Amino acid sequence: MSGEASAALSAPAVRDVPSRVMTVGLTAATARRVLTQLRHDKRTIALVVLLPCVLIGLIAWMFNGTPVLDQFGPLLVGLFPMIVMFLVTSVATLRERTSGTLERLMTLPIGRGDVVVGYALAFAVLASVQALVIVGFAVGVCGMDVAGPIGLVVLVAVLDAVLGCALGLGASALAKTEFQAVQLMPLVLFPQLITCGLLMPRDEMPTLLEWISRVLPLTYALDAMQQLAAGGTWTDVRGDVAVIAGFIVGALVVGAATLRRRTP
Amino acid sequence: MGNSAIEIAGLRVVRGGVPVIPSLDLTVPVGQVVGLLGPSGSGKTTLIRAIVGAQIVEGGTVTVLGLPAGSAALRRRIGYVTQSPSVYGDLTVTENLRYAAAILGMDAAAIRHALTDVDLLGHAGQSIGTLSGGERARVSLAIALLGRPDVLVLDEPTVGLDPVLRRDLWELFHRLSRSGVSLLVSSHVMDEAARCDRLVLLRGGAVLADGPLADLLARTGTTDPEEAFLALVDQAAARDASGPAGVAARDGAGTGAGT
Ligand SMILES: Nc1ncnc2c1ncn2[C@@H]1O[C@H](COP(=O)(O)OP(=O)(O)O)[C@@H](O)[C@H]1O
Ligand SMILES: [Mg+2]
Repeated sequence: MSGEASAALSAPAVRDVPSRVMTVGLTAATARRVLTQLRHDKRTIALVVLLPCVLIGLIAWMFNGTPVLDQFGPLLVGLFPMIVMFLVTSVATLRERTSGTLERLMTLPIGRGDVVVGYALAFAVLASVQALVIVGFAVGVCGMDVAGPIGLVVLVAVLDAVLGCALGLGASALAKTEFQAVQLMPLVLFPQLITCGLLMPRDEMPTLLEWISRVLPLTYALDAMQQLAAGGTWTDVRGDVAVIAGFIVGALVVGAATLRRRTP
Repeated sequence: MGNSAIEIAGLRVVRGGVPVIPSLDLTVPVGQVVGLLGPSGSGKTTLIRAIVGAQIVEGGTVTVLGLPAGSAALRRRIGYVTQSPSVYGDLTVTENLRYAAAILGMDAAAIRHALTDVDLLGHAGQSIGTLSGGERARVSLAIALLGRPDVLVLDEPTVGLDPVLRRDLWELFHRLSRSGVSLLVSSHVMDEAARCDRLVLLRGGAVLADGPLADLLARTGTTDPEEAFLALVDQAAARDASGPAGVAARDGAGTGAGT
């Protein structure tokens, strides 16, 4: 029996086909499937779109009559979508693992990139809606005043939300087990929250923390928003925008490269 | 080579630090319904995951249709049903199949065909979340049938189904095997043994016996699969106690395999 098996190894009867990481059709099929899931899941849509608005609304109300909203509003408009999308994406992919659907998916002729990027595209749609609504709400309803161009605020907010998706996808692909996927969630989020410059201006931080903050994407997301709040223009934020876009692509590439077909 | 769908030699799987499958050899012939029977925890799911290329293995070779398990070329040729139904709970039956069909390059007619096979055409538009457990399991099976695979690996596909449906599914399995499909169907319910062309009895991650039911019954002098299983366990234990090494015991149990 074992002789036969090794004979099979040395002279395979059928040749293997190359495995493609990604194809347009299957990435689109995955995006369509995830969007259909989202469409059926009204509560998640409500949570994603309304929660950041409620938070901004509460802050606007709390600091009514002070310049706090104009100062910090843009930061929060960049931060909340990123966190919410990170959590929603992480939970969605975790469910894909626990339900066994990912296990079967990985035995089918679909590339790992099709799964990761398909998810990212679907969630980017939701992220864009969310970012548009929150900017509209902060400016239109709460009266947030942004010195810089509002179009750029929307652009950065959308990118931040998509960054949240990409980080969620990258982290969960990196995880070997469900348990690791859960552990990675705070591990990705908290260092960024602490060093991004929201708690303390980055130039007042201990050097080590300041260095750490430079390699974490949220830093650039908040810097862009800070610039725009202070009246910055495209020239002031294009560097940040490029870095955020780079992190989005990087996280998706890491995700597609590390998603495992075999698990322990 | 030509007449075996799955060839396993010296397979070793360690999960959570425990050698769940210490060393396993097995051949699954083409065009038969092979039952993988064993109690809960005997390693059925682990073995199946190794065959479909979902399990990290420590050693040995698993060859499916002449290719190493997990090869890209096999992904169109193996249908896999996981133990718990792997379907998207927030999609409808058809939406679930549509995604799989897109991946496998199948059309709407193939979706209808697969749903007819598992008798779910009447539930096509229903959300998975509102289906019974048995119906969900059949959706999962329909997805595995969708690509008309050459090898079907089914992990406890008939658990929790009513007797009529179970009979229908076994008839479907035999219909598929007559058309040349090779099936490996696991179950922890011994009375499903009578429905298989050939049995593989698994215990503690090792093959206790492998062969047609009639041979097992004759060899153990028993009249039903459960008794045969118990007799084989007793024999193995006796050999382990008296024999010089586990290797001898395994060889002894393997003589009835007739491979
Ligand atoms: N992820 C895991 N980590 C550690 N041990 C596991 C894991 N999955 C299964 N096992 C162990 O492997 C053995 C075989 O499990 P399994 O293959 O699921 O058996 P069966 O499908 O026959 O019930 C069991 O003892 C089980 O506890
Ligand atoms: Mg099992």
